[in-house]
Amino acid sequence: MSVDLSTSLGSLHLKSPTATASGCAAAGRELAQFGDVATLGAVVTKSIMLKPRSGRPTPRMAETPSGMLNSIGLQGPGIDSFLDKDLSWLTSNNVTTIVSIAGNNVAEFGQLARILRDVPGIGGLEVNISCPNVESRGQVFACNPVSASEVIDTVRAEWTSTAPILAKLSPDVTDIVEIAGSVINAGADGVSMINTLLGMVIDVDAMKPMLGGRTGGLSGPAIRPVAVRAVYQVHAAFPEVPILGMGGIRTGHDALEFIAAGASAVSIGTVVFGDPGAPWRIATELGNELEQRGYSSLREVVGLAHKN
Amino acid sequence: MSHAQQLTSRIRSIEPVGEYFHIVFEAPTIAEFVEPGHFVAVAVGGVGSGMLLRRAFSIHNATAGDSIEVIVAAHGQGTQWLTAVSAGTEVDIIAPLGKPFLLPTRPVGCVLVAGGYGAAPMGLLARELRDRGCEVEVILGAATQSRLFGVLELTRDADNVTVTTDDGTSGLRGRVTDALPDALARINGQAVYACGPMPMLKAVAEVSKAHGAFSQCAVEESMACGIGVCMTCVLPVVGDDGVTRMVRSCVEGPCFRGDRVRWDDVNTVPVDAFGAPVQGGH
Repeated sequence: MSVDLSTSLGSLHLKSPTATASGCAAAGRELAQFGDVATLGAVVTKSIMLKPRSGRPTPRMAETPSGMLNSIGLQGPGIDSFLDKDLSWLTSNNVTTIVSIAGNNVAEFGQLARILRDVPGIGGLEVNISCPNVESRGQVFACNPVSASEVIDTVRAEWTSTAPILAKLSPDVTDIVEIAGSVINAGADGVSMINTLLGMVIDVDAMKPMLGGRTGGLSGPAIRPVAVRAVYQVHAAFPEVPILGMGGIRTGHDALEFIAAGASAVSIGTVVFGDPGAPWRIATELGNELEQRGYSSLREVVGLAHKN
Repeated sequence: MSHAQQLTSRIRSIEPVGEYFHIVFEAPTIAEFVEPGHFVAVAVGGVGSGMLLRRAFSIHNATAGDSIEVIVAAHGQGTQWLTAVSAGTEVDIIAPLGKPFLLPTRPVGCVLVAGGYGAAPMGLLARELRDRGCEVEVILGAATQSRLFGVLELTRDADNVTVTTDDGTSGLRGRVTDALPDALARINGQAVYACGPMPMLKAVAEVSKAHGAFSQCAVEESMACGIGVCMTCVLPVVGDDGVTRMVRSCVEGPCFRGDRVRWDDVNTVPVDAFGAPVQGGH
């Protein structure tokens, strides 16, 4: 293939445009049975918190038309175990790693950034200010421009590394451009979008919400047009700010929509659950899609849909 | 980690068996790695399907260099699709997945207990145990006769088979656990293997423990990925260190020690679980 698929997110060079999406590939190791993780654009880790976290009760999942709801609730081992077991595996296998962090409050995001800033082998930081699976929707920082910028401001102040800070945005807002503006002003180098949309499925036999957490995050191809729209709007407003695009990408054709809307790279999420080889397959397909249209590089197509 | 492979498999045959379907997948490179208790994750709905998630089935049989077999209850949209396609249809499968049953290193008496299509992995297990010199008793239970599976096959593969049905349409009227103490006594049973619904597994684990037998239970939890990345299929299990963790039934199971699963706390996060919310939840 003659198409140059390399790309970048700020200072982070990516050899391939497809990354895993946070929460959809754990810390990469399980995917190693299905492909060479080091050849992916990046592994974006499941959001890590300061302390171990059990997550929410089951059922945590409900399949929906072309998608699924999840209410995992950020189950994870905590930062110490993550550094010891997960990040060390990623770095020793030469995997480009974007670490996703989540905090219960602004200070915890800052503490995580302080712990991670001197750790070698981190390609970027994705700041998850938009997980819907928390007890209080008030904790979804990305739903409010002030709290979103407070988190990014705090992380920026601690983050002495040159690796980019990406703010992960929620589509469940009135104006995603306003939120994007607030995190960019607070010092985000780029944005990741979109996180899941808050949803619910009701079990009409038990007459109660199906998920143990009651509400869950909707993901998968069902939300793709929402994601493409969000990427398009934010790229239109901030054309110089790199975007890691995600939301229901299943094929190279889907990925090309995100690139044309303004994403410099894409994350593959829910589709990995059904097809663990998808991050590699989609990169190949994207190369073919570009070649068929006569492009020689991915970079020349970023945001192209805005010019027509 | 298991030798999981993702491949396009041709369905060789689909045959009804009682209320279930017996499906044979051509899987020449997979079959030799299958151990009793492994499962396969099957993509459903065809290319571009609106059903994104795989369906997981315990592997019923594996023929090295050739095929793997499953037993499917067509209870939902995905399994209805899978059981309605024609032989020759190609589907994407991933196998073998999960931790298989732990097998005894010495020839001891083993009792295999299954509810409904939970009998699917028991033939493979019975043959493996008998190859190791173990005496094998089997108890198969179901709500009613048409929901029993594997009675004939296991009559061939085990030393003795006891059937129970809730309504008495076949075998003893009652539950599998009603027959378990006698089966244990007959062969001086040291190990119990179980597969079936959660309440049955809980009861089997308790009866086994009360009779001093080691139990292994294959759980059926709702899974999105089957490979350990999605964290949906968790249940509370006590580790060797005495700490309860929410563990993934796809990679740390589906076969668990019966005395380690906190059966009463399934579908909850126990307050003493590792990382449980301190107050107010999360």
